[in-house]
Amino acid sequence: MKIKPYGDTSNDGKVQLSFTLPIKIGALGMEAAKQLGKQMGLIDPSVVSMEAIGENFSFYIVYGSVTHQIDLSLLKVAEITTPTFDKEAVEKLIADHFDRDLVFIGASTGTDAHTVGIDAIMNMKGYAGHYGLERYAGIKAYNLGSQVPNEVFIREAKRLHADVLLISQTVTQKDVHLKNMVELVELLEAEHMRNDVILVCGGARISHELAKELGYDAGFGPGKFAEDVASFAVLELIRKKNKTKK
Amino acid sequence: MNKLNLDQNMIQDSRRLAKQIAIDVQKFIDQHTTVTVERTVCRLLGIDGVDSFDVPIPNLLVDDVQNNGDLSRGIALTIASALQATGKNLPDFISAYLLGTVKLCGHPYVSCDQVRQILDPYMQVTFAKIKENRDTRDAFLLAYPQPKTEIYVIVATGNIYEDIVQAKAAATAGADIIAVIRSTAQSLLDYVPYGITTEGFGGTYATQANFKLMRAALDEVSKTEKRYIKLVNYASGLCMPEIAAMAAIERLDVLLNDSMYGIIFRDINMQRTFVDQYFSRRINAYSGVVINTGEDNYLTTSDAFTQAHTVLASQFINEQFAYCAGLPSKLMGLGHAFEIDPEIENSFLYEIAQAQMCREIFPQAPLKYMPPTKHITGNIFRAYEQNALFNIATTMTDQSIHLLGMMTEAIHTPFLSDRYLAIQNAKMIKKSMKSFSDEVSYRPDGLICNRAKDVLRQAHELLEEIAQMSLFKALEQGVFADIKRSFTGGKGLTGVLEKHPDYQNPVLDYIEGVSHEN
Repeated sequence: MKIKPYGDTSNDGKVQLSFTLPIKIGALGMEAAKQLGKQMGLIDPSVVSMEAIGENFSFYIVYGSVTHQIDLSLLKVAEITTPTFDKEAVEKLIADHFDRDLVFIGASTGTDAHTVGIDAIMNMKGYAGHYGLERYAGIKAYNLGSQVPNEVFIREAKRLHADVLLISQTVTQKDVHLKNMVELVELLEAEHMRNDVILVCGGARISHELAKELGYDAGFGPGKFAEDVASFAVLELIRKKNKTKK
Repeated sequence: MNKLNLDQNMIQDSRRLAKQIAIDVQKFIDQHTTVTVERTVCRLLGIDGVDSFDVPIPNLLVDDVQNNGDLSRGIALTIASALQATGKNLPDFISAYLLGTVKLCGHPYVSCDQVRQILDPYMQVTFAKIKENRDTRDAFLLAYPQPKTEIYVIVATGNIYEDIVQAKAAATAGADIIAVIRSTAQSLLDYVPYGITTEGFGGTYATQANFKLMRAALDEVSKTEKRYIKLVNYASGLCMPEIAAMAAIERLDVLLNDSMYGIIFRDINMQRTFVDQYFSRRINAYSGVVINTGEDNYLTTSDAFTQAHTVLASQFINEQFAYCAGLPSKLMGLGHAFEIDPEIENSFLYEIAQAQMCREIFPQAPLKYMPPTKHITGNIFRAYEQNALFNIATTMTDQSIHLLGMMTEAIHTPFLSDRYLAIQNAKMIKKSMKSFSDEVSYRPDGLICNRAKDVLRQAHELLEEIAQMSLFKALEQGVFADIKRSFTGGKGLTGVLEKHPDYQNPVLDYIEGVSHEN
């Protein structure tokens, strides 16, 4: 199936854009904005608003129709295929398959000082009505907080015999998070720990696809809660356990 | 102003408890010094610059005394003794020291009076400069009176030159206050980087040279816009008093300076932070810099609805610490935030209750009101709506420092246009609702009054608990933001020293002695 954006009619291809140009407001800027729209593949780009930002910049809102269409049958996406259970079901899974508590440790690693993400997943309170891992029976959750160096994180993982490692990354300016996340995988491999743990990352700009690319087992972006992370990790641990049995 | 009909006795008693809490800690503070306090003494004596390995000279000197002398007597004593013994003036001594031809430690100690005599000329140069900065700021504010609510935006490109472009555009569009966000993790450096910087992550390094460049740029816009554009940076971290000194010298106007933020959110040792915040706030008081406290951060970790009283309790404590450091109310930018989940029914009313309550309890304080960040999803259109609600709350309750929310919060550091749109949003609401707060009163038995009463009562209870166990213990129990910190844990504890009975700090003595008409 081929698709185009939908404005108010099928296949009209309508999109909205907004951007700033480093030029004083005026007819020249408006024409530049229009031409930019054309070069981006818009038919009949229309500059619906133009405002001055200071003396040397101007802001544009542009509408237009894209000529491009997407053939969905050609696309491949990395998606987490395991189901998400609610808290009680996750707790039951753990009780049925393990005779011990599972250890989850999490941190905002590297220089990242943001804890909103990891707190939403781990803290008792959770986020938007979804309780965090600390509240799960059968899970021992350790939230190490922010700015945890990878070396310290690994040391703690060893000390606590962690089953699941959760990495949160918020600052993504200049791709600082990528370097940090890759470094962790390399360190885990050097310590021969990579296969012993479920390695999961999360953050506003993290996708499952990116996570897989970097050598993680899964990645969770916006709109995911503790039960998504817990379901994935517990099912993975069960799968691993069964594999080693055979 | 008493629209909420708050219990004045309970407010008074909360202040009494907070004072007791602060004085208890102040006793500890007065008996201790830290490496950054001593480095600040160096800076206020005019010592600046780095050696060939980029180590700041104040760090070289303090480390030297810590290893080869006795830092618990104060670095002033060692420096004065070295100048006396070598017969050199301070700049010549530092040059010779860097060449390795003179030693800092090991000279016979001079007397207390001699320390003052020898160092006074150097520190007076710096204090004259700071005094001049105050006068310049006052002249600006006299020429261009400031609005009741000031619009505050951040720039965070990592490159000071790029920051300047964005800051100027924001000021022209209507911003009154510009904050240059620091590079991530600078708060954990036990030194202040040196020179002009063009690379940083999530922000720009706070250096004296960067301060100077931005101040000059904003002075330029101030003159063309006929509004004094204030400059903000961040003191909290391992170098609180050093940043305060640099800010004083380069005429910053506002510093983020919380008595507990570093402890709670950066895992800096509590002994260290309490001692550091005192000296830094003394310098802020002397230089007329408004402090901003960080209570808003509690609500990004804890729930804004159930933990609202911890914000108020902390504001009472921050206020008393600020009084201990000689700061008048009008320099206390106590922080709070609009962070209740908008999915909660009547969340906006609870926000109004909190903001109005803050305004009434701290009528003189230039309150710093922070925008929603926690419940921003990445849907920029929804975020714009949340920010509009926040802007309405700001206007309705006469907040002072209005930190604008960005529609792209949680996506990237703000684009030029994000900031522009945020300013337009705030300006439209400010203008269309200009006299709104004069027109409204609140039902005495209504949701808003009752909520404010509840929060005040809970804050009072919490202060009673903290006063009973001491603030140190309360932090160990995780009273604020649900984060527990131990007395001897965290970063920077090795930099804390108990003062020797003969401890000398002529700089602190001087600013403690000068009571400025703030």
